[in-house]
Amino acid sequence: MRSCGGGGAAPLGPMNAPVKIACRHVWKVYGDDPSRFFRDGDGGGGGNNRDDGGGDNRGRNAGDVPDNRALWEEFEAAGHIGAACNVSFEVFTGEIFVIMGLSGSGKSTVVRCLSRLIEPTAGQVLVDGEDLLRLGARELIEFRRHKMGMVFQNFGLLPHLSVLDNIAFPLKVQNIGRPQREARAREVIELVGLQGREDSFPRQLSGGQQQRVGIARSLAVEPDMWFLDEPFSALDPLIRRQMQDEFLRLQKRLHKTIVFITHDFLEALRLADRIAIMKDGEIAQVGAAAELVLNPADEYVAEFTREVPRARIITAGDIATVATVDAAATLDGVGDSGDGDSTVTDARIDAAATLEQLMARLADHPGGVTVQRGGETVGRVTAVQLIKALAARD
Amino acid sequence: MKPADRRRLAAWLAVITVAAVCIALRGRAPWLLDLPPAFVVPVADWFNAFMVWFIGAFKWLFRAANWLLGWPLAGAQALLQWLPWPATMAAFCALAFAASGWKLALFAAAALFYMALTGHWSPSMNTLGSVLVSIPLALAAGFALGVAAHRSKRVDRVVQPLLDLMQTVPTFAYLIPILLLFGFGPVVGVVASAIYACPPMVRNTLLGLRRVPREALESGLICGATGPQLFWWVQAPSALPALMVGVNQTTMAALSMVIIAAIIGGSADIGWEVLSTMRKAQFGQSLLAGIVIALIAMLLDRISWGFADRAGRGAAAAGRSRNHGRGGRGGRGHGRHGRLKPWLLTLIALAIFAGATAFIPAARVYPEAWVFYPADAINAALRFVTANYSAATDAVKHAALFYYLLPLKIGLSQAVTPFSWGVALTPGLVWGYAAAVGVIAWRLFAWRGWRPAVAAVVGGGVLYFGVTGLPWPPFILASTLLAWQVGGRRVALLSAGGWAFMLLTGVWAQAMLSVYLCAAAVLVCALGGGALGVWASANRRVSNFLRPINDTLQSMPLFVILIPFLMFFQIGEFTSFLAIIAYAIVPTIRYTEHGLRHVPAASVEAAIAMGCTRRQLLWEVKMPLALPEIMLGVNQTVLFALAMLVITALVGSRGLGQSVYIALSNADPGLGLVAGLGIALIAIIADRIIQAWSARRKSTLGIA
Ligand SMILES: Nc1ncnc2c1ncn2[C@@H]1O[C@H](COP(=O)(O)OP(=O)(O)O)[C@@H](O)[C@H]1O
Ligand SMILES: [Mg+2]
Repeated sequence: MRSCGGGGAAPLGPMNAPVKIACRHVWKVYGDDPSRFFRDGDGGGGGNNRDDGGGDNRGRNAGDVPDNRALWEEFEAAGHIGAACNVSFEVFTGEIFVIMGLSGSGKSTVVRCLSRLIEPTAGQVLVDGEDLLRLGARELIEFRRHKMGMVFQNFGLLPHLSVLDNIAFPLKVQNIGRPQREARAREVIELVGLQGREDSFPRQLSGGQQQRVGIARSLAVEPDMWFLDEPFSALDPLIRRQMQDEFLRLQKRLHKTIVFITHDFLEALRLADRIAIMKDGEIAQVGAAAELVLNPADEYVAEFTREVPRARIITAGDIATVATVDAAATLDGVGDSGDGDSTVTDARIDAAATLEQLMARLADHPGGVTVQRGGETVGRVTAVQLIKALAARD
Repeated sequence: MKPADRRRLAAWLAVITVAAVCIALRGRAPWLLDLPPAFVVPVADWFNAFMVWFIGAFKWLFRAANWLLGWPLAGAQALLQWLPWPATMAAFCALAFAASGWKLALFAAAALFYMALTGHWSPSMNTLGSVLVSIPLALAAGFALGVAAHRSKRVDRVVQPLLDLMQTVPTFAYLIPILLLFGFGPVVGVVASAIYACPPMVRNTLLGLRRVPREALESGLICGATGPQLFWWVQAPSALPALMVGVNQTTMAALSMVIIAAIIGGSADIGWEVLSTMRKAQFGQSLLAGIVIALIAMLLDRISWGFADRAGRGAAAAGRSRNHGRGGRGGRGHGRHGRLKPWLLTLIALAIFAGATAFIPAARVYPEAWVFYPADAINAALRFVTANYSAATDAVKHAALFYYLLPLKIGLSQAVTPFSWGVALTPGLVWGYAAAVGVIAWRLFAWRGWRPAVAAVVGGGVLYFGVTGLPWPPFILASTLLAWQVGGRRVALLSAGGWAFMLLTGVWAQAMLSVYLCAAAVLVCALGGGALGVWASANRRVSNFLRPINDTLQSMPLFVILIPFLMFFQIGEFTSFLAIIAYAIVPTIRYTEHGLRHVPAASVEAAIAMGCTRRQLLWEVKMPLALPEIMLGVNQTVLFALAMLVITALVGSRGLGQSVYIALSNADPGLGLVAGLGIALIAIIADRIIQAWSARRKSTLGIA
């Protein structure tokens, strides 16, 4: 699965998009000398040994970490703290990838490893196939300046700068002249709807407005990748909802590759293309919302999904059974031949329809409904299947 | 530009115009530089007359107090002299061990052994005896005053400005009235020390009591505690960490004043040893004795800080005091239990040992034959160094004098001569200088607005005409305008009143000399200390290296700091300048490091994520956010510099410090009062302006 060098035969995602970020076996361990747990092993047979890192050796090859928990216990016994444990996932270009978990589960650690705000103890972070962890100090700075934008939970604004200067700051860092950077800053200010507040200072703004500044600032350099670490968690519920809508609106226009951190499962459901659930530094499960709801990998994931309005997440396609395809086909045939038989024609539903919509349809057609995707029949659902899905029983 | 800003700028332009006019006229109207004697208000004479009356009326009271205090003092000193030296050593070791552990106990043993070894045992014990009497007096008075000020708003209103004065009036000035009232003798030192050491205890008591959590008080009240119960069982224990910090600071102040009081003579203590040898230019002797003082200071500091630190950790929840850089010091989390017992055992064992040795003569009094006193060797070495390397030290000295100190003092207009600079100040050069200042101001204006531009013009003017060449009207106007714009009407009134006081009491010229030397030293401290602080904030090893040096410098009685500089640079302004820097640079280093380390982490992280280089991070993010804190350090540096300025009168600096020193030797309380108040006023004006600026800036940044 490893892709080396830019371009080439990169794996494609479900939406046929190439992989943008690949996080491979990333570990972060805090303590006096965490790298020693990774140094022994077979001493870096692969290309993972970094020679430029001052004393920060990632000796152990990505693939040969034997057993997460065993290693974990080894260094916990030595008084070290594990924050991220063998974390692997891929983010596809243009997708919203949400990492979700309770506080302290290691979400911030992981997203900071992606930008090397935290140096991973071991592992690989590939961006467009290039290992981020091999970049020298200068290259890393260039990478941060042009490729990524980041939004923080507590905003991280610079209190001594006005809104305009805050937003123009990343451009100033790149030594872009004042007129140019201010023009760009004004564009982004418009984008996030902060017109008229250019000369205010952060302390004069509400929380929601401050985070708009944070968002505008992270977009000023037109990054490909956008990292948001619990951007709305510090906001009131009503504002949070509003900001989520605006976030989706922005993404519809900008098509960034997004890693979004949250501890709120409902927020994850609203925003995510795919969700990774973290527990104690490990990824418990990765998948689309409905996958997690229908097939939770363990009790921990199931616990999160319990409160979820299942009828709004699960789609007809998710529960349609292929076993009844033949029956559906016959039914279809009957429907096609019998002109004007509205009951039969109405008994079809798109696979993307939620169970909520399906319920209304089943009420009219107690015998069952045909599920289609793009005109092709994928299966059939009955009221019993619907009820089982809602009751979380297989 | 906003209208308010335009008004501010206009005011500055007006002041600059006034300055130009005054400077143009100063040749014809010398009263612009200093008031003629006929205009001086004889405050000094009035005070002298008052003192004559007061002494006549109340002399008996103070003489009685003198007699009364003489007993405990004589007792303490006699006891320490009588105790066999191993016993005293054992007692100190035990105390040090209880405060912080084995390392400090070892240090105590070494320090006391040094006193015996070099034959300084007897004067050292006299000093310790004085301190032993003055500390409890200062602590009791300070605690009582603090509690009173906490209980009553009215007392607080009186006490606060009094504390400000007591902590800024120079140490020498304390001695004059006390000397007159109590008469000569060792008691004067004790009284002066007790009074001088009182304010830190008052402040910390107040601070501690104010910080007692509301819930603690309320839970006490709910239980039905009476007033005294509430105080002794709730408030005082909660305030203990702050009280112990007060004990530490009071101890150090008491020692410092006891040492300084040696200047009036009459006591055979270690301060006198240093002073008398220093006056005779016997530097080897004074260095050996100065090391004793340094050791006593470190020992008392570390013992009292050890107890304070433990009290602070015991009540870890209570907010830490603003004692930057002292956090990570002292023993590493020893429990309280398991320590008391070994301590008692050690004490008993050592007491038995000491008792036994009491019968051996060599263990009672340290024998002369065992004394090692290498003063002559040091002097010889020093003579060798000065003979062979005087060219180098002289070059350093002259460079500093010609290119820095003199231009600040008398201005480039007089400092640039063929003899000093190698060029004469031709009109072409003058115009070039003016043009350079103008260009710099213009560039600053374009870059950062009118404030730095005005600062550049004012700075350029001061450098050209010299601090002592400035007429008083624009000086007072500028200071007051700055005070007004930064701190509002009250600070402006303080500034105007303070400078007017110095002008009208006839000490203006001395005040300007003090302002000049203080400014010269503070400038170096701010730049050098700032750079060291930046370095220490970025590098743990540098920080760990600097911390003990800073602690030591700051706990050092001021005399001692003079010795090394005096050895190499002889008497004169340059020696004063260096000694002031050595002492006053510490707070800038500490506050800069602390400020930079405590910039909001979120801002720093965001800046790194945006791709800031280290340099950008420092200058664009950390510096602007840490500046209010750094300026508080510079503020402390100003206060420290003024305190040291007075002491450097001993090695020939001029100005208000010299006036106080003269007043002390002539027993002239009037002059002492006027000059001492002058120093205090300069300190308070600077303090108020900087504090106001820092507070305003912090609230602007929203990082109170
Ligand atoms: N500098 C650090 N030193 C030691 N442990 C840390 C440090 N930073 C984070 N941790 C630990 O790592 C774990 C994960 O933290 P974090 O990634 O911030 O969690 P989240 O963002 O999911 O709340 C936590 O248990 C935390 O205690
Ligand atoms: Mg977090």
